[in-house]
Amino acid sequence: MTYGEQPPDRDASSLDATGGRATGVPDVLDCRGQRCPLPVIALARRVPAVPVGTVVRVLADDPAAANDIPAWCRLRGQEFLGAVEADGATGFDVRRVT
Amino acid sequence: MAPQTYFDAAAGLPLHPVARQAMAAAAQDGWADPAKLYGPGRRARQLLDAARAAVAEQLGVRADEVGFCASGTAAAQAGVLGVRAARYRIGGTVAHSAVEHSAVLHAAAAGPTAPVPVDRLGKVDVDAFTSAVQGPGVAVAALISASHEVGTVQPVEAVAEACTGAGVPLLVDAAQSVGRVPLPGGWSLLSASAHKWGGPAGVGILAVRKGTRWVPPWPGAEPGSLDQPGALNLPAVVAAAAALRAVCAQAPEQATRLSGLVARIRERVAATVPDVEVVGDPIGRLPHLVTFSCLYVDGEALLHALDRAGFAVSSGSSCTASTLRPSHVLEAMGVLSHGNVRVSLHPDTTAEEVDRFLDVLPGLVGRLRAEAGVVGL
Repeated sequence: MTYGEQPPDRDASSLDATGGRATGVPDVLDCRGQRCPLPVIALARRVPAVPVGTVVRVLADDPAAANDIPAWCRLRGQEFLGAVEADGATGFDVRRVT
Repeated sequence: MAPQTYFDAAAGLPLHPVARQAMAAAAQDGWADPAKLYGPGRRARQLLDAARAAVAEQLGVRADEVGFCASGTAAAQAGVLGVRAARYRIGGTVAHSAVEHSAVLHAAAAGPTAPVPVDRLGKVDVDAFTSAVQGPGVAVAALISASHEVGTVQPVEAVAEACTGAGVPLLVDAAQSVGRVPLPGGWSLLSASAHKWGGPAGVGILAVRKGTRWVPPWPGAEPGSLDQPGALNLPAVVAAAAALRAVCAQAPEQATRLSGLVARIRERVAATVPDVEVVGDPIGRLPHLVTFSCLYVDGEALLHALDRAGFAVSSGSSCTASTLRPSHVLEAMGVLSHGNVRVSLHPDTTAEEVDRFLDVLPGLVGRLRAEAGVVGL
């Protein structure tokens, strides 16, 4: 998925259906203003601290995040759900699966 | 400070000794306008003709199919724009791989484009390329011979066949291949840069096969001439041709030697640096170039650390680009773009230099990770 693209069937309110926490609010890491690799590092620190199945959303505006967050998921065996527009920034949703 | 080891051959080589000699001789003897009908002009014309014939021979084309431009960028762009202009009635679309050099992408972006994706190894999908050139309004197709960033060799001949079938001329940007590996066949146009093979900067080559619909994209070009208008830097052109002949004579031997060093880098980096992604096709690749990305490492910091340790390398990480965007090649492949290093070797690279690099790299990456507090993530 490329930067800024929004899957047609998902938005912030549909996270429950796709595995978000019961509150419907994903775990949000605000990495706006941070350059890569900092958003990826923040994600890597957060994921082991949440239960399996939890969705972590990384808000980031560095152009490399759209590429490097899915790449991190592939290298670490986590699930990249896609990018959504949230709070005026792009949110990259990752589900902890291992 | 350690003596600098130059590992950025893909960006350009120092002048080959043969080029240096040829340039000095041509500066003495070939300073006049080769179009003029007096003695020094005729002498300059002879030197230009000989240089053109020498380049043509190495590219496997006729001398009247070779033009000289002011750079590899100018040559690639003239290739794209000249076919697009000649075939404007068909349409202006440029079909191209997602991993072309920015020179080609910028020329293509002046009109409609049909980008073709690549796989994780950076190789273009032949079926997708075939569909793209069969689409309506495609004026020209462009495919890089091998990636300048990750080394993956493209299936040029299969794509050329598809282009022939669709009646679309194919431009091959062969900047990283000329002087290093045998060139693929089947193309209509080919561009290259002398600086990449040990000739001087400021000499680009555009080869246009007979029968290709191409018009000079420059104002006021002389009809029938492939050369970019304006006074050619004849000593540089002569030096480029001399260097090309010299490097082509050594190319098979160098390709074998450098491929071995690149294989060693690929293997040792993967084995000694934790959390590293060595990218590009492990088999179908250029002999002299290797790329890898180190997880959680800032590419710019790694470049500086390597520079201080005496190694000049390149990076596709966003923090090293003036645009602050990651390399479009790494993006198209979907591989990690931060902590990225491109090592490209040249004929003077020694095994000792490579080993020294392999010895210092794990420590440098480890230190940067420790400083960033990301060890064990």
